[in-house]
Amino acid sequence: MSKQNRAFRELGPLVALIALGVFTAILNPRFLSIYNLQTLGKQAAIFGIMAIGETFVIMSGGGSIDLSPGSMVALIGIVSTYMIVHGIPVFIAILVSLGLSILIGLWHGFFVNKLKVPAFIITLGTLTIARGMAAVITKGWPIVGLPKNFVMIAQGDVVGFPIPVIILFTVLLITHFVLEKTVYGKHLRATGGNEVAARFSGVKVEKVRYIAFVVSAFLSGLVGIIVAARLSQGQPGVGGTYELYAIASAVIGGTSLSGGEGSALGAVIGAGIISLLWNALVMLNVSTYWHNVIIGAVIVIAVTLDILRKKSLARSK
Amino acid sequence: MEYILEMKNITKEFPGVKALDKVDFEVKDGEILGLVGENGAGKSTLIKIIGGIHIPSKGEIYVGGKKVVFNSPNDAFSKGISIVHQELNLCPNLTVAENVFLGMENLGEGRNNFLKTVDMKKLEEAAQNLLNRIGAQFSPNTLVRELSTAQQQMVEICKALARNPKMILMDEPTSSLSIEEVERLMKIIKELKKQGISIVFVSHRIEEVVGICDRVIILRDGKRVGTLEKDEIEENKIIKYMVGRDVELFPKHVERKKGELILEVKNLKWQKMVKDVSFKLHRGEILGFAGLVGAGRSETMQLIFGINKLENGEMFYKGHPYNPESPYDAIKNGIALIPEDRKLQGLILQMSVKDNIVIPSLRRIAKSGFVLDEIKEREIAKEFVNKLQVRTPSIYHIANNLSGGNQQKVVLAKWLVSKSDVLIFDEPTRGIDVASKAEIHKLMEELAAQGYGVIMISSELPEILNLSDRIIVMFEGKVMVELDNSKRNITQEEIMYYASGKKQLVNP
Ligand SMILES: Nc1ncnc2c1ncn2[C@@H]1O[C@H](COP(=O)(O)OP(=O)(O)OP(=O)(O)O)[C@@H](O)[C@H]1O
Ligand SMILES: [Mg+2]
Repeated sequence: MSKQNRAFRELGPLVALIALGVFTAILNPRFLSIYNLQTLGKQAAIFGIMAIGETFVIMSGGGSIDLSPGSMVALIGIVSTYMIVHGIPVFIAILVSLGLSILIGLWHGFFVNKLKVPAFIITLGTLTIARGMAAVITKGWPIVGLPKNFVMIAQGDVVGFPIPVIILFTVLLITHFVLEKTVYGKHLRATGGNEVAARFSGVKVEKVRYIAFVVSAFLSGLVGIIVAARLSQGQPGVGGTYELYAIASAVIGGTSLSGGEGSALGAVIGAGIISLLWNALVMLNVSTYWHNVIIGAVIVIAVTLDILRKKSLARSK
Repeated sequence: MEYILEMKNITKEFPGVKALDKVDFEVKDGEILGLVGENGAGKSTLIKIIGGIHIPSKGEIYVGGKKVVFNSPNDAFSKGISIVHQELNLCPNLTVAENVFLGMENLGEGRNNFLKTVDMKKLEEAAQNLLNRIGAQFSPNTLVRELSTAQQQMVEICKALARNPKMILMDEPTSSLSIEEVERLMKIIKELKKQGISIVFVSHRIEEVVGICDRVIILRDGKRVGTLEKDEIEENKIIKYMVGRDVELFPKHVERKKGELILEVKNLKWQKMVKDVSFKLHRGEILGFAGLVGAGRSETMQLIFGINKLENGEMFYKGHPYNPESPYDAIKNGIALIPEDRKLQGLILQMSVKDNIVIPSLRRIAKSGFVLDEIKEREIAKEFVNKLQVRTPSIYHIANNLSGGNQQKVVLAKWLVSKSDVLIFDEPTRGIDVASKAEIHKLMEELAAQGYGVIMISSELPEILNLSDRIIVMFEGKVMVELDNSKRNITQEEIMYYASGKKQLVNP
């Protein structure tokens, strides 16, 4: 992929995002209310952070995909709130929960790298195990009674910007830098593009994959904490199918499912599109029964269009 | 009808490149036509147009005097045209028979749709017939992944024959074959000619072209620059047309001094491929490895480079025991391997030329070891693209779109950028045109003279004989003999003798 091409990558999704926003705003001016924009921002932050993690995993190639983010959100939300209501300081609880996320990422990496279990399978295992563990810990009940300094993480804002949005931009800034400007980013692309050649070039392919899984698990855990804070409770059932939105966001944002290509910015724009669509359907009073149908259709159309666009771009040049 | 295929005014443009520029091309009935030109001259592009893979931007194609338009490989098949492509295109997970009849499982009877059942018995019988026809020795139900490159090449030829062609185009079919296998292929080609099939033959080994072709067409920079009839075909004429000037093929050998011992390996063993290999490498010398394809030369080097783990034996590098965990280790120690299979092991195809060149050296180039330094990367890539004369519209062009030989140069560049003490070249000039080959040879000699330890595996005997100071001949995983070639007095026959597994030369 040449330089010029890569700059173009996010253009299509970005135009779609803006068009969708303008369209909704015209049909319902309430869309632009501060309150709605903040809600939208929080939702986009939740999907966006997960989508960035997913992008790392998918880019690492070899058919890698992470199916665990949704369940990770539930488990880490429960683990952190459980510790907090049992008297552990918020800060420590968060650190421990994120540490646990990293361990789960390493666990995924271990199975994929050392035991050659397909990522699809090992993360599918986590999908059910993590959600199961969340239910085991709480016996199915929500964990309530969280202190204000914890719920602030999702409910607070800085000059109108919800804290989750600020977290999203911080994560985006760091991961964008990592993917575009560092040796790791190059090695990730190389591994996804041609694992054998990458290894022959001295790229530590296994380490590259470990890091990708850790990043994804860590960011899912981070989202778990944000979601718990947003709901003011630990909910074992939260986050179902989030992984699908994370994958869809990554792909809409230009990540190639065969690995080697993708960007953090694209993932966030993809997440923006999905969140905005969700929000728009509410704003436009579309019956909730239709939401999933429409979102599914849009994902298919968006990805297909993007692929066609890339094809014609390649041909016309 | 004299010409079975005629093309007029063919032009093909790719983004930033005019691969073919108003080329006329014709094939006579029953001839062996040579098609030659430098890397990137447009040979493969022309062949792909005939095969319906590329559609020309301009120009016309006539088959048997009638104008045709090829939109897909099937269009070409139906007109009796088959192709053996420059890169092998087989499915390693399928058997020989399945590969040969892929896409025509019905053996050409009736329509071939998804609901038809496949009669494996018949398929294997038919495949066996084809294998017999070219004298191949393996069974049609072998998995392709178990075959050597030369055998896979034969499968490709059977695949071409399966379509009952009037004409077969072979794009560098000999580039990965050793001398005996080449001779075998030449026989097959002559046999096919007798059976009335026209052959178009592409090769960078000019002596092969001289040896077999009835006529030669030469391309340069996408234009047809010359045609030689049977009695005019001569090596230096071909080269002059190709390059536009005279080329000194094996430049005068530069004196160099054998330096200190840098690498020593003893009794290496790995699976069935490497049984017992010992040798020493000094700074300032080129150590050539000869042998048939499958003699275990590449596998030996892959042990030294840490791709596979040693099962037995010892290695010493700069006087210390050395046992690399991974290529990363080897590279860190200063050992580089330029692999033989550029698409599989050498390149990340969808990355740019620049990214491919700098990837082993990223850490060294990067600021504080992890932040990329675009400017420096660009400078380095440009320097080596110029040095090796890689033909690419820019360093941002993706590697996949370069011609085969230019891809090979990118692989070389990538390892010359990384600073190493030992350079292991595995078939360094495969698919590279004569002029660039001479460049690369010069470069290797320079590297040795500068004190690098250079190992070269090659199936091209002239290359081995002209460049190596010492020659090791391997056979079935073992070192047969080590020959001193400092006087350049070893002969082709000697090497062939040992390479076929014979022990002692009676009359040296
Ligand atoms: N798909 C493609 N997209 C863009 N450029 C291409 C593509 N295929 C070939 N080219 C360019 O067209 C030119 C001719 O390439 P071609 O592969 O025909 O050369 P060749 O004569 O077969 O060389 P070689 O001996 O190295 O195989 C080259 O400059 C190459 O970079
Ligand atoms: Mg070619």
